[in-house]
Amino acid sequence: MSYSRKSAQNALLYPREVMSEKFVAETVRQIPPSGIRKFFDLVLEMDGVISLGVGEPDFVTPWHIREACIYSLEKGVTSYTSNYGLLELRELISNCYKKDHRVNYDPKSDVLVTTGVSEAADLAFRAMIDPGDEVIVPEPCYVSYKPSVSLAGGKPIPVPTYQENEFRVTAEQIRKSITKKTKALVLSYPNNPTGAVMRRKDLEEIADVVTENDLVVISDEVYGKLTYDGAHTCFSSISGMRERSIILNGFSKSHAMTGLRLGYAVGSEPLIAAMTKIHQYAMLCAPVTAQMGGIEALKNGDGEMQKMVREYDRRRRLVVSGLNKMGLDCFEPMGAFYAFPSIKSTGLTSEEFAERLLKEQKVAVVPGNVFGECGEGYLRCSYATSREQLIEALSRIEAFLDSL
Amino acid sequence: MKEILEIMENNPRIGTREIATMIGITEAQVASKIKQLEKKGIIRKYKTVIDWEKAGEEYVYAIIEIKVTLRSRTGYDAIAERIAKFPEVRSVRLISGGYDLSLTVRGRSMKDVAFFVAEKIATLEQVQGTVTHFVLRTYKEDGDVLFEKERSERLAVSP
Repeated sequence: MSYSRKSAQNALLYPREVMSEKFVAETVRQIPPSGIRKFFDLVLEMDGVISLGVGEPDFVTPWHIREACIYSLEKGVTSYTSNYGLLELRELISNCYKKDHRVNYDPKSDVLVTTGVSEAADLAFRAMIDPGDEVIVPEPCYVSYKPSVSLAGGKPIPVPTYQENEFRVTAEQIRKSITKKTKALVLSYPNNPTGAVMRRKDLEEIADVVTENDLVVISDEVYGKLTYDGAHTCFSSISGMRERSIILNGFSKSHAMTGLRLGYAVGSEPLIAAMTKIHQYAMLCAPVTAQMGGIEALKNGDGEMQKMVREYDRRRRLVVSGLNKMGLDCFEPMGAFYAFPSIKSTGLTSEEFAERLLKEQKVAVVPGNVFGECGEGYLRCSYATSREQLIEALSRIEAFLDSL
Repeated sequence: MKEILEIMENNPRIGTREIATMIGITEAQVASKIKQLEKKGIIRKYKTVIDWEKAGEEYVYAIIEIKVTLRSRTGYDAIAERIAKFPEVRSVRLISGGYDLSLTVRGRSMKDVAFFVAEKIATLEQVQGTVTHFVLRTYKEDGDVLFEKERSERLAVSP
């Protein structure tokens, strides 16, 4: 009785929002808001903006894939699938790894289809991290790893990478960051936001450190198909690493299927089983319509994918050369669809540069510090935008530099 | 060569400098390769795709199927070449199936097209019969979709 009177009094004293805020868990409160959000809000208020801030393809999902999704709906394929995903899709995924990387994953137990790679990453962290475990996260990197590690009860340990080293993390750096509590290492190459890729030699050196210190690796290879100089090396294809890694991949980038939310994880049976345990309670299964599209993409999607990759490559050269010519030192990205020019020569911070560029020339880019402290002094420019728009954006950036 | 053609196919107005950057050769090399392609007739010409209807000009299109009796010693080529000379005829194709030639004809009105076929095509000695199909609407032509383009509503900034 007295309790309810007290809470009624509280309701009068505080506005409703303040009241409810106390219910938010401490771990969630600790997570800083995404730096991208602020830019998103700024851009929304403006007209005529050319956006190089987008982390998804500008291509629409190829028609044959959309058609397969539509047809599956017409046939009434709308029920739950196995927690692991449709077996046909898992078999196709397993075949890809056999064919492209000579790594064997049993479609029945070593493949888990997820709702986008983001879910797969979250599952991997939750399945492997105990409270207090440390996870090494090379930066700059995709924005969700650190919060996901924290939410899983772990402690993210950022390791900076540098332009001088082509934004690759080295075995030495990893070795130095290892403590008694280190449990896992995150690799994300080809990298968002830098476009960096790893050579086999680099991965082999890292594999040694991983074995020596008994670590597990979560390797996000969603941009693996988008490499421009030789084929992508899958981390589990390094000797001894199959049992020590979870490989994350998906259809968003390679088949322009972002909004369909379809990803997957492959790994050894106990790790996949652990992830599936969480997945079955949290998600049950990935959307079946997307899975039907995924089957079509893996069966017949190679041609369209190659076409997209060739076009990205052309735009990549256009943007990198354009940025370098106007005096912004730009590392040559060999994967994904981002250029990561340095703006240190201007004396502006990443946020100042990005905000002024948006207000003065209406070009949206993402400040590099959003992807980690060592991204300060850089910008992420996505070239997943038409050539005409890219050329116009470059000339606006040049005009902005001239005005400084 | 193939790369240059692929890049130019949908936008011939792109500059040689951009092409050079995109494929990693010099601007002079691109220019000379394009010259060669033009000279060899691989690049046949540069055209502008115009929506005349939007410009307020009305045209009527028809597809004409023709059955032909071949005269001795001259084949389909001869009659096709002859028909192709009319400026009203936009395309001439030899086809398999119930008919031999298929034409696209453009005129200012249906009457215009009908009379052209009756007077100029049907009267040719080798032409045995014609069927005229008037085009009511074109949805896709030469790989270009003509109705409202698909636009994906991407967020302007995303991770």
